[in-house]
Amino acid sequence: MEKLIFYLFATVSVIAALLVVLQRRALYNVLALVVCFGSMAVLFYQLGAYFIAAIQVIVYAGAIMVLFLFVVMLIDPESEIFGIDRLKKIPLVSVPIAVVFLLVLLWAVPILVSYPAQPADLTLGPIGDVSAIARVLFTDYLLPFEVTSVLILVAVLGAMVLAKRSN
Amino acid sequence: MVPTTHYLILGAILFAIGALGVIIRRNVITMFMCIELMLNAVNLTLLAFARMQAQVDAQIFVFFVMTVAAAEAAVGLALIVQLSKKTESVDVDLADTMKW
Repeated sequence: MEKLIFYLFATVSVIAALLVVLQRRALYNVLALVVCFGSMAVLFYQLGAYFIAAIQVIVYAGAIMVLFLFVVMLIDPESEIFGIDRLKKIPLVSVPIAVVFLLVLLWAVPILVSYPAQPADLTLGPIGDVSAIARVLFTDYLLPFEVTSVLILVAVLGAMVLAKRSN
Repeated sequence: MVPTTHYLILGAILFAIGALGVIIRRNVITMFMCIELMLNAVNLTLLAFARMQAQVDAQIFVFFVMTVAAAEAAVGLALIVQLSKKTESVDVDLADTMKW
């Protein structure tokens, strides 16, 4: 059953990712990416990362993709600036480059997996639930967490400055 | 249990699709979405290793990657809106100057 769910959602995510790349209309790209992120959230859940799966749906598929959708609608998807067909002009080398890139990544997989796995400490319970993440996040990684809040603040200010700049 | 290798191969495939999109597409919004796709493929790889090593630290890394991606999306989309106002287009090839 677990394998069935994995292969089902892996196929869905790959097809949706291909649609993001090959579909010409930006609106359909956004929708395909939402599908891809949703199916990847299922895979995250299967990996035991329950908190990350919830964050994936709420922040990625929810907030970030809605932001993308806002921008696509703001720039008017029906206007001719989205209609430029540049896909025909792509150099033919780009697809072999991507295939070679994929082969290099796949070549690294057996090397990475061959590292010895640590025996799971089952006394801690499931590793991905909220309490386990919160315990590590607010003790060992407290400083990075606070720095992240500063980063978000800077990003908000930067976005406001960029958006308010007049021509 | 699905072996870790399969998750890593899926992550590699999704990352390569994202890289392909960045190469062949000229629409700046779609290129940005492909970058988000690549970030997610890396997150999948990190989580597969987190399960293999039974460590929660990699999940914290994924949390930070998502936070940085959210900040990056906010700033990047503001830049894209400004770019589309200036050049009346979403074609990255038209944005080849450092300063207007």
